[in-house]
Amino acid sequence: MSFINLKDKVVQVKIVYYGPGRCGKTTNLEYVNRKFRDQIQSEMVSLKTHGDRTLFFDFLPFDMGKIKGYDIKIQLYTVPGQVKYNATRKLVLKGVDGVVFVADAMEKQREKNIRSLNQLHENLQAYKESIFKIPLVIQYNKVDLKDHGVPILPTELLRKDLNSRLKVPDLEASAITGYNVAATLKKIISSTVVSIQKKLL
Amino acid sequence: MNYGIVSQEQLEQIDTILSDKLIKLGVDCVIIIDMAGNIITAKDNGESKYDVYSFAALAAGNFATVDAMAKLVGEAEFSLLFHKGQESNIHFSKIDDELLLISMFGKEISLGFLRLNVVEAIEQIRIVWEASNS
Repeated sequence: MSFINLKDKVVQVKIVYYGPGRCGKTTNLEYVNRKFRDQIQSEMVSLKTHGDRTLFFDFLPFDMGKIKGYDIKIQLYTVPGQVKYNATRKLVLKGVDGVVFVADAMEKQREKNIRSLNQLHENLQAYKESIFKIPLVIQYNKVDLKDHGVPILPTELLRKDLNSRLKVPDLEASAITGYNVAATLKKIISSTVVSIQKKLL
Repeated sequence: MNYGIVSQEQLEQIDTILSDKLIKLGVDCVIIIDMAGNIITAKDNGESKYDVYSFAALAAGNFATVDAMAKLVGEAEFSLLFHKGQESNIHFSKIDDELLLISMFGKEISLGFLRLNVVEAIEQIRIVWEASNS
């Protein structure tokens, strides 16, 4: 749940990047951190293992400017993608306002994407949130691999696997090159802010 | 429960409690956060320059982890946490199921004295919080 401070006129919005291991959640945040350095006052926090895998979460606070006189502070989080870390994934989802589901477009990851999305559904239920109601954007990451000869899933198939029932905004992206990373962020911020406004009215 | 939005009046009352009970005592910085990592309010002595937003995210994660460990050993909760450093220390105390009070202080304050004041501050904050949520 977003937190609204009426005294200082600040709204804090929590957006979580969710997805299977090595799908590019941290890479998304790293790109945002580099690209929008001017709007980011603090350092990105990463809690990772020695092997550079996310252990707990990455955290990146981000100032979006004002809406109706309120300062909007976007807090971006990632979850650890590795299967064994579901307990920590669940902790990070507490109080979430919007989710970006990062899917891995590599052919061999097809099943992992589906499993991860199902688990997101279960984890949200634990907080009495519904995957069908929460602001959600799906990103099909790693489309650049096609140019390097790595077999990737056609977007239509990814869409059928992951988004046929949800019908949420989705886009192809390449977190490593930055393609559609900002577009994804923009989409989720606008859906989330609209949903918070609706809740308040 | 009206959790999610706090009135200006409520926040001012809470800020006064934090100033009177903790900042005046010599605590460098006090933050109240929720378990999702949002900052409810932050007060400092005017000198400390902590990145309170990152701090809140990490503190919420830290507390949640310890809470999960408590369950593993059969405890309902560990309601108090304390990290000791050479120059500065951090004290965490639960206000209620959703809120956490974090105090950062130097070596000139004794832990016992701080704890006494934290307990009093928390009692007063609960009254403010419950009065407007009932």
